[in-house]
Amino acid sequence: MKLIVMSLISGILFGVGLTLSQMTNPDKVINFLDIAGNWDPSLIFVMVGALAVTSLFFRNIIKRPRPLFDKEFYLSSKSVIDKPLVIGAAIFGIGWGISGYCPGPSVAGLGLGTSEAVVMVFSIYLGFIAHRFYNQ
Amino acid sequence: MENFTPFSAFSGGILIGLAATLLLLFNGRIAGISGIMGGMMNSDRTELFWRFAFLAGIVIGAFLFHQIKPDFYQPRENFPVWLLAFGGFLVGFGTRMGNGCTSGHAVCGIARGSIRSITATITFMASGFLTVYIMRHMLGVLV
Repeated sequence: MKLIVMSLISGILFGVGLTLSQMTNPDKVINFLDIAGNWDPSLIFVMVGALAVTSLFFRNIIKRPRPLFDKEFYLSSKSVIDKPLVIGAAIFGIGWGISGYCPGPSVAGLGLGTSEAVVMVFSIYLGFIAHRFYNQ
Repeated sequence: MENFTPFSAFSGGILIGLAATLLLLFNGRIAGISGIMGGMMNSDRTELFWRFAFLAGIVIGAFLFHQIKPDFYQPRENFPVWLLAFGGFLVGFGTRMGNGCTSGHAVCGIARGSIRSITATITFMASGFLTVYIMRHMLGVLV
């Protein structure tokens, strides 16, 4: 139960952060990615702000024997740079550039009342399912 | 440089960083949205519940903030649905294949010094820049 309440709190903060930072505005995202045009660099500050906090705390947190509400940390143990990582990230970047949405803002958009979010979440899941077949 | 909003972007980033820090400190989980969404498809009950709570939290947080400060969100109009769906499909497929998205790799992975996350972030940023360049400046669409 504690686990679920903390997830909810973290999610709410995350949703407020996405909306305040305007990551939820697809036009702004595309203008951020348009370095050759009328570039709007604002969104780089989202990453700077988020990384300022996570870089400060993450290393010390994962040195702990366990998280406060669970018995272990659930972290990826992969360390090799392989083809799926690079190709997958490149495909994601194409989708991000076309749509102006990454996964977080697609979910947040459901709370902003835009039908675009419904299309995004639905098609993201189609992509997940397609990848499952591709991987078999 | 019109519409330059570094302060709200930075403040929003701080909140996203705090959210990710809480989720790691208390629950031991990485706040990677694509991973959390993907995990909804195959998880036991506890896994399903915290994931659902987190995603519901994002929706609630966005909704509440939008009620209080409506100026931060401008809906986009007349974007072709097929193109949006195609983009969304690539976002879904690519984030599964590359094990993460903007949050999991760029916010969480880099903070713990993951070389994979640094590589992924550079790759999807470069690919995003290139995609918008091709779309806007070579094909002349979505200008």
